[in-house]
Amino acid sequence: MIAQELTLEQIASDAVQQALAGGATDAECTISEGEEFSVSVRMQEVENLKEAGSRGAGIRVLTGEKGAQRAGSSYTSDLSPEGIEKMVKAALELAKITSVDPFGGLPEPSELGKLEGDLNLYDDAIAKMTTEWKIDQAMRAEKAAFDFDPRIELSEGASFDSHTGRRIFANSRGFLGSYRTSSCSLSVVPVAKQDGAMERDYWHTSTRNSTRLESPESVGRIAAGRAIRRLNARKVPTQKVPVIFEPRTAGQFLGDIFGAVNGGAIYRHASFLAGKLGEKIASDALTVVDDATIPGLFGTTPFDDEGVASRRTMVIERGVLKSYLLNTYSARKLNLKTTGNASRGITGNAGIGPGNFFIEAGALAPADIIANIPSGLYVTELIGGGANTVTGDYSSGAAGLWIENGKLTYPVSEITIAGAMQQMLQGIEQVGSDLEFRGSIAAPTILIREMTISGQ
Amino acid sequence: MSFSQSFFAERFGITEHDLESYLSEALSAGGDYADVYFEYLATSSIGIDEQIVKSATEGVSMGAGVRVIAGERTGYAYSDDLSPAKIRKAAHTAALIAKGPASVVKTGFEKAQQHNLYPMLRAPNEMGLDERVALVKRADVAARAYDSRVFQVQATYADSLRNVLVATSEGKLSFDRQPMARMSVMVLARQPDGPPQHGYAGGGGRVTLDFFLNEKTPEDFAREAARQAIVQLDAIDAPAGEMPVVLGAGWPGILLHEAVGHGLEGDFNRKGTSAFSGRIGQQVASPLCTVIDDGTIGSRRGSLNVDDEGMPTQKNVLIENGILRGYLQDKLSSRLMKTASSGSGRRESYQHIPMPRMTNTYMLAGDSDPADIVRSVKKGLYCTTFSGGQVDITSVFYVMAATESYLIEDGKITRPVRGASLIGNGPEALKYVSMVGNDLKLDEGIGTCGKEGQSVPVGVGIPTVKIDRMTVGGTAA
Repeated sequence: MIAQELTLEQIASDAVQQALAGGATDAECTISEGEEFSVSVRMQEVENLKEAGSRGAGIRVLTGEKGAQRAGSSYTSDLSPEGIEKMVKAALELAKITSVDPFGGLPEPSELGKLEGDLNLYDDAIAKMTTEWKIDQAMRAEKAAFDFDPRIELSEGASFDSHTGRRIFANSRGFLGSYRTSSCSLSVVPVAKQDGAMERDYWHTSTRNSTRLESPESVGRIAAGRAIRRLNARKVPTQKVPVIFEPRTAGQFLGDIFGAVNGGAIYRHASFLAGKLGEKIASDALTVVDDATIPGLFGTTPFDDEGVASRRTMVIERGVLKSYLLNTYSARKLNLKTTGNASRGITGNAGIGPGNFFIEAGALAPADIIANIPSGLYVTELIGGGANTVTGDYSSGAAGLWIENGKLTYPVSEITIAGAMQQMLQGIEQVGSDLEFRGSIAAPTILIREMTISGQ
Repeated sequence: MSFSQSFFAERFGITEHDLESYLSEALSAGGDYADVYFEYLATSSIGIDEQIVKSATEGVSMGAGVRVIAGERTGYAYSDDLSPAKIRKAAHTAALIAKGPASVVKTGFEKAQQHNLYPMLRAPNEMGLDERVALVKRADVAARAYDSRVFQVQATYADSLRNVLVATSEGKLSFDRQPMARMSVMVLARQPDGPPQHGYAGGGGRVTLDFFLNEKTPEDFAREAARQAIVQLDAIDAPAGEMPVVLGAGWPGILLHEAVGHGLEGDFNRKGTSAFSGRIGQQVASPLCTVIDDGTIGSRRGSLNVDDEGMPTQKNVLIENGILRGYLQDKLSSRLMKTASSGSGRRESYQHIPMPRMTNTYMLAGDSDPADIVRSVKKGLYCTTFSGGQVDITSVFYVMAATESYLIEDGKITRPVRGASLIGNGPEALKYVSMVGNDLKLDEGIGTCGKEGQSVPVGVGIPTVKIDRMTVGGTAA
């Protein structure tokens, strides 16, 4: 007998059909496959080389009448017919023990869909990069860091990572979609040493498209400059001052805001932004958008993980909360429409994830924002992640540079910055023009009027 | 148990001869060492939310990873298909790290020594689904019954069983069956029309469902989560600035994990990027501090019979009476630093390269009465619960996020305060430890440690300790 290799689309569709044949009233199947490559160099020698591929399938079944369904889920890394059959059976068994949930179930057929056209998520050049070329990129990035300053004599290494993958989604309402993605990144972590003290920092370039990869020399120099400027950091006295977040740390703060507009937190009343739709929750300077339709970016997809077409959603418009980010379940709980933000691994009930979630760029160059601050903190690193999006309490470890008379001066470390997120949002006085997408959450420089710094 | 009766031999027909052939392929271009790691992981979880069982999931993932070490270089490849052709292909890919004539693989395997730390009465697949449902329902009922101000409860029960097999080019063979189970409960409470507050509790270890029937019940976790949320309803703004801090016993041991543990991992010290590099024998903590990393405690979340490189885990003394004694080593770092592995080589899964990691990290008890420790503080903070922590091992700047703390005023615990970060400098923090309680407690079994993208389960523990100077990151300046 000649066994015919099934396509992943066929496997997904068959799994859905098997679930229906087994008594499910609805089902959805996700399959993902990926190839990863990673090389790291340290002190100009190759350290690790890793290469492999893997696949996984997951199913979610619903049983009972629509509007009163129970759900069960399972997954497997065994995509053989026996593996898929076991997976479907397990999900059907699990659906016997869950509760009837009137808000559960698949999206309405009218909500299913996908963006047409090339979203520029896959670049064949990434799959074709040679090992030698990737090693060379990492070598050059680390060398550029060493060459930048004699105080960079040590390094935690540089690495080049690439990934190609495919995602397939099928459901019992007739949706079948798939898309390929690729990505590559180059990062370097130099260590700066002076008078027995050490500081490290990093920089990276990440992209879905090989032509947008920044030069290894640029990545190495930026990383080295960042590590050097942290040397001889001081602790400052406890005080209240204006705080500027550079794009990297502003993006981390924006990630906390994402947690607060996540529909799952909203319907549970587990967010300080619950019940605030239409209210002025931030300063006029702040506009936040989620847009999964911009070609070539990390947060872009043709459809979300429930088969709903991707879209652009205005979340905060000049300080007014316009929309939460929702999947089908949270939308039904809130009597709203899904925003196409369903997100999951390969199995389970869908959660909520960002598309490209970003703060719209303002007009001022970062230097002009700094120039207006007589005394304050410029935050380059957040550590410890202490945002409580239930209450809005915010307290995080921080490092950065002190601002005096409109100029960046000495480095500061071992301090915390704290405030209430409600007041931080209202206190965003300036938004920089320096928005860049290095991941699915992106922000330009932002200035917050006042936060508590705890130090000496 | 002989190899032929082991999981991978029985289920996938893997023979010692197969293992030898994979290792020969791995060393076909030379190299100092190779190993192959097989993993078969079955997981199950169930969750209640808004009083209904909303989710139930189970699944299986399996694969094998092949590693080749040549000097400081590591080649790694894996396959999620356990067929001989695919594993041989992975071995061939990993072999590309070395360039030279083939190295010789020792023929014939010897079973490595290992502990027996987590015997199972019933394996997870022998438990009924209804037994799992009952656990989360009990948690939901207990949390709501605790106080009428509780308005949201989410409870999850999750368990897993991991079968592993490690074969090395040194001719060592080890296999293990590693159970893990955990319950967690999240509670929201509010005064009528007031803002919500959050409480969280969880626990478990290398145990199975029976643990939650006999030792720690869903009610224990539910009440603890509800208690924390209710306490927060009366919390005032946390203070800001330097002050004495008293850490309660148990989970606050994450101080040790962040402030010293990571800095003592062999890879960072071999590379010279840790602030503890080259400091063995030096005073790095107050003489009151003895810190241990012990992977051999029965049923604990961080324990392992054998580490993920096939070495038996150990009880490792890191700091003894304030003096730095040792690092945590895996095979690669110990080989390069010319010392022995401390049984600390761990990895997240077959897709990952092992590295030195902690297991269960704790401080030995001292002789102070915890009540005396609090009484000795005129104005400070008493912290009992944290949501997590993080450290930069180069500058040793660490942060811990406190979620339950109280003011200490004139030697008495007074008002609860809102969440705040505690920060400090690793080697400095433990120098300020001035009192150590007689009440050493290990945590409930909820810790997961992340390092370079790999997550592994860990445990921590500490007695009540007083730290004379620490920076508290509240808003009340």
